[in-house]
Amino acid sequence: MPPGSGPRWRRYGTDAVLLDCASLAEAVAARATVAAAGRDDVVELVPGARSLLIQVRGGERALTEIRELVESADLAHPPATEAREVVLDVRYDGADLDEVARTAGLDVAEVVALHTGAEYTVAFTGFAPGFGYLTGLPEPLRQPRLATPRTRVPAGSVGVAGEFTGVYPRSSPGGWRLLGRTDAVLFDPRAERPALLAPGDRVRFRSVE
Amino acid sequence: MNRRIERRIEIVEPGPAALVQDLGRPGHAHLGVPPSGALDQPALRLANRLVGNPEPAAGVEALLGGLRVRAHTSCTVAVTGPPVAVTVDGRPAGTHLPVHLRPGQTLALGTPEVGLRCYLAVSGGLAVEPELGSRSRDVLSEIGPPPLRPGQLVDLGPPAGIPAGADALAPARPPAELTVPVLLGPRDDWFVDPAADLAGYWEVTAESNRVGLRLTRPDGSALRRRPERVDTELPSEGLLTGAIQVPPSGLPVVFLADHPTTGGYPVVAVVRPDALAALAQARPGTGVRFRAVG
Repeated sequence: MPPGSGPRWRRYGTDAVLLDCASLAEAVAARATVAAAGRDDVVELVPGARSLLIQVRGGERALTEIRELVESADLAHPPATEAREVVLDVRYDGADLDEVARTAGLDVAEVVALHTGAEYTVAFTGFAPGFGYLTGLPEPLRQPRLATPRTRVPAGSVGVAGEFTGVYPRSSPGGWRLLGRTDAVLFDPRAERPALLAPGDRVRFRSVE
Repeated sequence: MNRRIERRIEIVEPGPAALVQDLGRPGHAHLGVPPSGALDQPALRLANRLVGNPEPAAGVEALLGGLRVRAHTSCTVAVTGPPVAVTVDGRPAGTHLPVHLRPGQTLALGTPEVGLRCYLAVSGGLAVEPELGSRSRDVLSEIGPPPLRPGQLVDLGPPAGIPAGADALAPARPPAELTVPVLLGPRDDWFVDPAADLAGYWEVTAESNRVGLRLTRPDGSALRRRPERVDTELPSEGLLTGAIQVPPSGLPVVFLADHPTTGGYPVVAVVRPDALAALAQARPGTGVRFRAVG
């Protein structure tokens, strides 16, 4: 099979394919499968919310091999990768905390307990360097974006939107509902590991005063 | 005078926008970091060869010329990109060939009549601090050295090789209309007759930058989504340089090196990599037609 044919495998220019996934979990598993192969001809491996984009040097042959690798993998049991476990200390005093609690039909303490009680996985990134879309958000906290985005959200703000929670690496405009703030440095381009959060990493939030 | 020989140039005047660029930092898209790098990579590679640098050395990408630099050391420089007037201390010098500067001499670029981006390479390369393995300025993420400022002193690396005068070329004149080869997909099935619509006449708008070329059509028409896709939302997915993304307006954006790494609008087609340099030189008003190949 050519690497870019069929309903799931879509051609993406001369040197990449996009894999359509049935779920976010499948996208995470496909990413882990390709990452675990440790191929040095993979240029970019970019998970999306329901997809995986794979860019290679080495053309069709490399893309075909990667396709065969993913097709033969058990995506229900992806390989363990060097995922890190990251704990982020958060002051839960965000501008939308009361609103999130009201919408969820909870009190603020229950919102904090839910948000800190869950374990999250970095599904994919985007929007800004070091911004991870974290999955695993408990149902009552899954709420739409603000109707009117803020023109400025401070760096370190912890927010929720739809099925995701995440942390703004730097001050920027944004429409996520803000629960609190962390002092953690999410992105430092001069650091050995520039991004604190990479796809596959596991994340927990801890409430601090 | 310094006892140690400091190899430096001074940015006397950056012109409209002068950025340090090398071949970028691919391989970090999963962290949300675009590849960045010179938009016209063949032009930067040539400039580096002309001054004896390895092709990936960092040089200056000068938007619409206007750049003036003073040598604080003896160095070899070369200007590439579209045709542009170049002088050394007021005397005509030329492009696409190595030019020697003595300490104190000033190289000045005029404004190119066609095209957008001139490249200046200096023997030894610009030795600014790299970030994520590259000295490129990424205007979307604000990673890499800030835009060059008047009066800024820039360190040079040690000169590596002998200037290669042999492959000096006449500058290519960017055409008024481009035909750009593309491969359809990954989301061409969202659109009614995408190959025909892409093949029509598009025009580069003034809202274009290193993130992307924004296109419009004089007759107001646009790419048409299939009826069943009109209200569909696309879950965010990865983006690569050359992706032609189509927001609900139907007016395409061709992503260039500083593109976002994920996006939520369908990509109808992807530009062949060897056609990107011509797009990097496409001024607002340039006509563009996309030809589906492969």
